[in-house]
Amino acid sequence: MTNPVFDRIKKDLSENDVVLYMKGTPVFPQCGFSAAVVQILSILQVPFKGVDVLPDAEIRQGIKDFTNWPTIPQLYVKEEFVGGCDIIREMYESGELQALLKEKSISFRDQSAA
Amino acid sequence: MDMASNIEKIKEKLAVLSPIFLDIRDDTSRHHGHAGHSGGAETHLHAVIVSASFEGKNRLARQRMVMELLKPLWTESNLHALSLETKAPAE
Repeated sequence: MTNPVFDRIKKDLSENDVVLYMKGTPVFPQCGFSAAVVQILSILQVPFKGVDVLPDAEIRQGIKDFTNWPTIPQLYVKEEFVGGCDIIREMYESGELQALLKEKSISFRDQSAA
Repeated sequence: MDMASNIEKIKEKLAVLSPIFLDIRDDTSRHHGHAGHSGGAETHLHAVIVSASFEGKNRLARQRMVMELLKPLWTESNLHALSLETKAPAE
């Protein structure tokens, strides 16, 4: 059985190395938790696709069902769910996020190596 | 909707983790008026949970354990956001 919303999500994830499902846009986030993840990705200069769930009820519910995670934002790297705001923030502070990006061959600016 | 507050409901559902520390802070007032905010009390919460059940599990696995226990609240209550700090006793 195919699920058209899941198909859309899978297409986005397969076409983009880093995808953030968020409220609002990367330029104008509509939620503090989404804004916090955008800020971290911006500091690391990671290219990512932001998907605004607010105007799209199907995606807004669909992404929660897709990965069985009840909240937005959700960050995916190479089609794999990494976490929500708390996890991304903790991983960034400990350097684990940078290690994950490196392992997945995603280009970013490593300030500690500069 | 029953009369128990979201904080009470969360504490009740997380009891199975036998937390040695559980603190839930109400951040609702910091989020008034943003998109998706439905109003009401205790919609944005922050929980600090210390439990031996988190031993040997990574962050995502720990949060998934908590989220799974709290799953009904996302549809049955007005809970909108819950940030989590999940620690094992040794941390």
